[in-house]
Amino acid sequence: MKMWIAFWNIILKDMRAYYLKPPNISWGIIFPLAWTGMFFIRSGGGFDGVLTLLPGLMAISILFGTTSMLAVTVTFEKKGRSFDRLLLAPIPLGILMLSKTSGAIVFGIANAFVPVAMAAFFFDLSSVAWLTAFPAVVLIAVSSTFLGLFIAVSVSEVFEAQTFSNFFRFPMIFLCGLFFPIERLPSVIKPLSYILPLTYGADILHGAFSQGHTMPFGLDFALLGASCVFLYLWSLKNIKRRWIL
Amino acid sequence: MKAIVAEKLTKRFGEVQALQDVSFVVHQRELFGFLGPNGAGKTTTINILTGLARPDSGVIRIGDIDCTDNPKAAQHLIGVVPDESNLYPELTGFQNLCFCASLYGLKKSERESRASELLKSFGLAEAASRKFGGYSKGMKRKLTIAAGIIHNPSILFLDEPTTGIDVASARQIRQLISHLNLSGTTILLTTHYIEEAERLCARLAFIVSGRIVQTDTIENLLQPIKQRHVMEIALNNKETGSLEAMASAFPDLVIERREENKIRVESSEPIRAGALVRYLEERGLEVMEARRIHPSLEDVFVRITGIEAGAMKKERERSGS
Repeated sequence: MKMWIAFWNIILKDMRAYYLKPPNISWGIIFPLAWTGMFFIRSGGGFDGVLTLLPGLMAISILFGTTSMLAVTVTFEKKGRSFDRLLLAPIPLGILMLSKTSGAIVFGIANAFVPVAMAAFFFDLSSVAWLTAFPAVVLIAVSSTFLGLFIAVSVSEVFEAQTFSNFFRFPMIFLCGLFFPIERLPSVIKPLSYILPLTYGADILHGAFSQGHTMPFGLDFALLGASCVFLYLWSLKNIKRRWIL
Repeated sequence: MKAIVAEKLTKRFGEVQALQDVSFVVHQRELFGFLGPNGAGKTTTINILTGLARPDSGVIRIGDIDCTDNPKAAQHLIGVVPDESNLYPELTGFQNLCFCASLYGLKKSERESRASELLKSFGLAEAASRKFGGYSKGMKRKLTIAAGIIHNPSILFLDEPTTGIDVASARQIRQLISHLNLSGTTILLTTHYIEEAERLCARLAFIVSGRIVQTDTIENLLQPIKQRHVMEIALNNKETGSLEAMASAFPDLVIERREENKIRVESSEPIRAGALVRYLEERGLEVMEARRIHPSLEDVFVRITGIEAGAMKKERERSGS
């Protein structure tokens, strides 16, 4: 019980201190809106074009939202030593990091639905398989958050976290099949696509929106889930190695 | 009853041997001091004891719990006040305390009443709704101490609690520490302020370059120098003349230079000030003052560690107080 009081209050504190701050709220809305507007105008397609674009827009919104926030909530607090306060609390490290990342996961999920909300004003999205799409959005948010955690734990400064994040984020736009099918990538690059968890998340979303998936949903979910577990455990190992010297 | 036991703690950071066979015991309800210059290993010791660092070897027991391999096991018993005020600048004083209390599982009503009570007793009630980022250094320090005891820990680690703050705030904080100890909290305090250690602690460990060189009660530490007679002579000149010649003239006295125009004279017998003053004035040195001083913990520290108190004072100035 005591542990869950701590768990919940860490999330609430992060919400109050970071996520619900006007710059973050506006960034969380403006960034996906800008991507959405840009791709809609560029594609010039009709309803079919929307259903093809939305999965990529949702995934990219989650990826940038979660990884950017982790750089602040974890790297910034570690730099300012307020993170030590959490490490000194009688909470298992695994639970502590779950509570620390939960805010970013929720932020990422909210980001994903900004392009959806915008599209829903103009198009009928009733054909979308939401029961498949929503778990995929959650898992993409979790894996992106844990990727952000892995990055945040690997560096010492906030600017390093942002730079290091871009090292992953921008190639992932092209490599994970968000807007360009992986089949069209040069064969030497394709293996890279298949080691990135976002590839499987984007595939599920393409399937849920336009039956455009290339792998079975079961395999996509399994690999996405496994990557979440792997990134989380790797980050915990890194925290123990780098922060508890 | 032993509250903290450290046995042969050793820690190396790369080429630097931060701790070497550090062993000590802190008894329940005791205020135990760790005195040493910056970089001596005080913070590393606290980090290891509280779970923020791992020892390369050694044993740690907090209360009855062996937490050498599992530092989390005893974290509910301890409170930690780090050497930097590391609360959340964007939260108010009240919110910060409530959040810290929640980390120890206190329910909302308990958190709020404890936070209000501490803000009042630390003289911060009026600043409760102000953001921590806007507090003065002294206020930040006090709130950080309040955050360290929000869950009523039986053992408190205080790392340099008065470094870098004004005299009045430091005095208030010392009073708070004394009060906490009197009310039953076991305290391990690190400091490089000799006077602070002497004023607050019942027992002390001198730590230098990662090694404990002496551990004892203040009374026992002072015992060997209690019978010593010490005189300090201030001269108007910058030169103090030849101390070797002076030592030859007064073979029973230990004579050394303190600062550029001060001479310190020590003896096991009462010192005859007149003879010394005459000797100096006959050599053209103008004596401004000759006064008997009582040997202090500073003298013990210098004698045992070989570190000049002046070096510690310079550190103090660098740290901003």
